[in-house]
Amino acid sequence: MPPFPQAARTALADPQLRANLRHATHTIRDKRAAVVAEVDEWEALRRKGAGIKDDMLAHLDEHLVRLEEQLTARGAVVHWARDAAEACAIVAQVARDHRADEVVKVKSMATAEIGLNEALAQEGIAAWETDLAELIVQLGDDLPSHILVPAIHRNRAEIRRIFLDRMAAAGRPAPADLTDEPRELAAAARLHLREKFLRATVAVSGANFAVAETGTLVVVESEGNGRMCLTLPEVLVSVVGIEKVLPTTADLDTFLRLLPRSSTGERMNPYTSMWTGVTPGDGPQEVHVVLLDNGRTDVLADEVGRQALRCIRCSACLNVCPVYERTGGHAYGSVYPGPIGAILTPMLKGVGHDEQVDSLPYASSLCGRCYEVCPVMIDIPEVLVHLRSQVVDAHRDTVGGGGLGWRPPTPLDLAMRGAALVLGDGRRMAWAARGTALAGRVLGATRGRLGGGARGRALPGGRGALGRVPGGGGWTDARDLPAPPTDTFRAWWTRTHGGRDEATTTRTAQEERR
Amino acid sequence: MLTCINDAMFPETGKAVVRLLRRLGVDVEFPPGQSCCGQPMTNTGYLDEAVPAVRAFASAFEGYDAVVVPSGSCAGSVRHQHGLVARRAGDPALQDAVRRLAPRTHELTEFLLDVLEVEDVGASFPHSVTYHPTCHSLRLLGVGDRPARLLRHVRGLRLLELPAAEECCGFGGTFAVKNAETSVAMGTDKVRHAVGTGAEVLVASDNSCLMHLGGLLSRERAGMRVMHLAEILASTEDQPASVLTAPTLLERTSAARGARS
Repeated sequence: MPPFPQAARTALADPQLRANLRHATHTIRDKRAAVVAEVDEWEALRRKGAGIKDDMLAHLDEHLVRLEEQLTARGAVVHWARDAAEACAIVAQVARDHRADEVVKVKSMATAEIGLNEALAQEGIAAWETDLAELIVQLGDDLPSHILVPAIHRNRAEIRRIFLDRMAAAGRPAPADLTDEPRELAAAARLHLREKFLRATVAVSGANFAVAETGTLVVVESEGNGRMCLTLPEVLVSVVGIEKVLPTTADLDTFLRLLPRSSTGERMNPYTSMWTGVTPGDGPQEVHVVLLDNGRTDVLADEVGRQALRCIRCSACLNVCPVYERTGGHAYGSVYPGPIGAILTPMLKGVGHDEQVDSLPYASSLCGRCYEVCPVMIDIPEVLVHLRSQVVDAHRDTVGGGGLGWRPPTPLDLAMRGAALVLGDGRRMAWAARGTALAGRVLGATRGRLGGGARGRALPGGRGALGRVPGGGGWTDARDLPAPPTDTFRAWWTRTHGGRDEATTTRTAQEERR
Repeated sequence: MLTCINDAMFPETGKAVVRLLRRLGVDVEFPPGQSCCGQPMTNTGYLDEAVPAVRAFASAFEGYDAVVVPSGSCAGSVRHQHGLVARRAGDPALQDAVRRLAPRTHELTEFLLDVLEVEDVGASFPHSVTYHPTCHSLRLLGVGDRPARLLRHVRGLRLLELPAAEECCGFGGTFAVKNAETSVAMGTDKVRHAVGTGAEVLVASDNSCLMHLGGLLSRERAGMRVMHLAEILASTEDQPASVLTAPTLLERTSAARGARS
């Protein structure tokens, strides 16, 4: 994947995609805002959610051991996976043990994170996504671009095309007279999927929560496909990130209130399925739980970054993010897009060895809207800045002296070192700023030739503007720059004795206006 | 604190702050040792490089009753990031100095309303304006409706509501250069909303955001000008701030046509 700025270009240049994204994110964000406003104690609820998760993370080891004990006692088989390869191998083994050449899946971020579908395909096992949006993405040979609505970048005309062109190769074909009416599209998907639910012997799921006290796994979804996967097949494999554990059943109260309001903008979600091990004669008779690390213990070790493990994958941050709204999820080049992806992906993968991953913490204007809506109060801007410093440090030629992350100093490195020198002292700053004032006077004298005088005055200070400037880089491609002033503030302050000499002040102001 | 960008690029804002505060009876000083809050370095991840700026800040402002900053972003940096940078420096004396200064550092509108407790600063500005609450003012500092309260008391001023006001303008420091195309896409939407209000002036409390938006307005010859809030609050009937704007492309074309006929 190319680094974020390059990847973003495709989306920025596609007006249909930008319109789809804008419409979808604004619809969900407005719904969310309305239902959140109904809850008087929302802020207290957020604090409670964050607190429960923090306490849990502080004693993660104990809760995980408890969870394993409870799951085992109730008939589930618990597996521990250090990384993606181990987790995929475990799932493949379970499928092979049952001679299954296909599995049905309920949408799961953890299995997307480990690339399970691709890994199973290599073993000759087809993994069928049963969430409507995931199905669209899978049939379209596409990648998900949103945590909650993976096909957010598609409109219904595009979905009709995908169904007509691709469904037949995957199973039951779409009706030939399919229109782009949402109802018809949903009906086509329903018939296509029903066939798969009834045939599959093995299902794969993730879990939104795992209760240590009872060994109960919880899946929250809207379409009922999850319920089908969790109850129909004989064998169920659940891949669960280790940060999903909650100490007690009572804790679910908080999160089942926070999650639907934050994610779909609903007061309560349509399907909440809970299953605890194996129940003879009811539901899957063989249950495997894969507890997945895949970088999570590294995140836990990071004092600033560990708050990201509170994340309940609600995607509220995506829907309010101005960068996501314009670039879409694909630009992030990872399973977790948007603001949470910009911190989670670099932390799970580690910074300093992949330019694309290192570009993600910079894919934000630090506007802070993500933090404002996060139901578990993850200070995403704080973590972004923290990760930026890790990226910079990983490439420092002074730290770690030519280690793995070393690269020659970039222009930005040099600019920042220069800034540190100049801005470390008011006198050096004054000396450097005289340069801009000098440039301002020179440009003032040659303004006619540069075309500055007539066009500007939109800019702060009401001065003329400079158009495309050589070396202006990305700034002046689409934006003018203010012509430098003829005087710095500090020069004015000194000359007018702190502005007390008003006559001089007025004269200067008039000169500048002219 | 004037902020480095105002000192070097937008001295008018600094002069306006001085005029305004003196008018309200404040004893204003400009410690020459000040430079920059360090935010450009901190937010880009260059924490070591931010240390000298934070050190200069701490030593320049030691001993003053209040530090007034005409920038929500820089005030936010002082209050929320200096601690982090000082810890990085591993210098307990600096950490102490930073801790003492943070609560005494106020963004301009906070200082006017919370410390001086004035809403009517005696300003006059007979123009229509629309106010963009910059992200750091709004969310990092939580200045709330302070700017609007001040603007509502300005004689002759017509305050027009900016649609989607809480959306980021897309400046974001080095984001504007590192992710220039996304930044411009965000700014273009903000400018469209602002122009749509029909206001003469787009106002904010951060010249860096205004430099970005003004740069887009200027390139589009939109005929709308940007101004820092301080310049409006400093404007009086005796010393009015000027709102000269460049003629829009349309105005210039029709003027040329008029000249020909």
